[in-house]
Amino acid sequence: MSPETHWRTALAEGRLLLQRAEDGSAVFPPRLAAPGSGGPLEWFEASGRGRVYTLSWINRKPPAEPYHVALIDLDEGARLMSRVEGVTPETLAIGMRVEAFVDHDGDAPLLLFRPVED
Amino acid sequence: MTDTFPRARTAIAGLATFGIGETPGYSSMELTAQAALLAVADAGLTLADVDALFICQPDDFFAGLSFAEYLGLQPRYTDNNRTGGSAFMSHMAVAAMMLEAGYIDCALIAYGSNQRSNGGKLATKITNNQWDAPYAPIFPLTGYALAAARHMHEYGTTREDLAAVALAARAWAQTNPEAFAKGPLSLEECLAARMISTPISVRDCCLVTDGAAAIVMTRTPRARDLAKPAVPLLGAAAATWWNSIAQAKDVTVTAARESGARAMAMAGVSPSDIRTAQLYDAFTINTILFLEDLGFCAKGEGGRFVSSGAIAPGGSLPVNTNGGGLSCCHPGMYGLFAVIEAARQIRGEAANQLSGVDVALAHGNGGTLSSQATVVLGSVATL
Repeated sequence: MSPETHWRTALAEGRLLLQRAEDGSAVFPPRLAAPGSGGPLEWFEASGRGRVYTLSWINRKPPAEPYHVALIDLDEGARLMSRVEGVTPETLAIGMRVEAFVDHDGDAPLLLFRPVED
Repeated sequence: MTDTFPRARTAIAGLATFGIGETPGYSSMELTAQAALLAVADAGLTLADVDALFICQPDDFFAGLSFAEYLGLQPRYTDNNRTGGSAFMSHMAVAAMMLEAGYIDCALIAYGSNQRSNGGKLATKITNNQWDAPYAPIFPLTGYALAAARHMHEYGTTREDLAAVALAARAWAQTNPEAFAKGPLSLEECLAARMISTPISVRDCCLVTDGAAAIVMTRTPRARDLAKPAVPLLGAAAATWWNSIAQAKDVTVTAARESGARAMAMAGVSPSDIRTAQLYDAFTINTILFLEDLGFCAKGEGGRFVSSGAIAPGGSLPVNTNGGGLSCCHPGMYGLFAVIEAARQIRGEAANQLSGVDVALAHGNGGTLSSQATVVLGSVATL
């Protein structure tokens, strides 16, 4: 199974996988080999906990509500793009603690985050 | 590894822009061909002299082939690289080394787009990768917004600082007949502008215009015998650190830090030697990031640097003296227009001509701050 397929299969089962390189660094998106070194990678299940690194609210034509895009730093070290559910422009902030969950409502399972206490 | 580069041994011998602004009825190919013909004539050469073609078009993935056919060239080498708006600085690096090696004798580098007349949208098929796409960032705008938001958070950069970039660009544009956006612009207007992807508003975005540009490069001794003042290429370097902004280690530090340092080392200059910088300003945050990464001010100081008036007319470092992508033109990929403004400043034929320009820098950006490429141009006094 290709790394991308393996990752998506796990996500459909509600698990967020990352890869770890020999130097201990966490890798995302999934790859065949460690970026930079070409060395082996090992799968592991991420805690799903992380922190908002940066964010942008995107305006749409009213009455459509604005939505946002955020870059999330996972506690294990990888960074990815996602969205934090249940927040407003007033409450969502850089540095906010978040945790991952998998949304099964759309066409494909989607990795999202929600705020969590520190 | 230290770079090896044929400093000043090759030069821009001819240059031209065409159709900046609105040119309804022209195809991108026609605009580009006109710029190319003008650049070849500007050098005092003919199409028969051109033996290498470097091109990157917004809408044609085989542009090198179709453009060679259109002009009736049979190039000894055709380069069709796609590193976004930085492609043209990369073309110059390759052309310089091929010229130096004697593999080619005369390189034509060209670009053009009718994107304003042809629908008014960015004419690119490039978009978000499969990891980012489900979250619907506006490509490429939100990538720059994410960098700007973090820069504000870390360094206290403000929307007023971003606006200072747009205001400086407009001030330069107002005295450039070629510039497309010349109306008055105020800080209040910038701050009240419609927000697209926070913190980037419409006034933080480059124009959508038509336009084409072309340059001709030869070895310097030949360029010095041709029609116009030769503009030697002192250094050229390209660097790619990521594609998606989500994969940046630090979204406030771009590969311009590498490309700039390498190009300036090849040229034997430091930022204080550079009289004017032409920086690819797709968005206002670009100018701030590149000023920092190229070493014109410290990391985090870019906002205060631009708000001090340093880059505007009368400032210590004139930046984007044609009005830049924000107020002169932005036909999808701006890199070659930055090169041409730098070369015009050295030739002494810029609309906003500065005094004593012996060293000028042009910097290109591609993707979402992903690919960075820098060239340093000199006058014959720097030989």
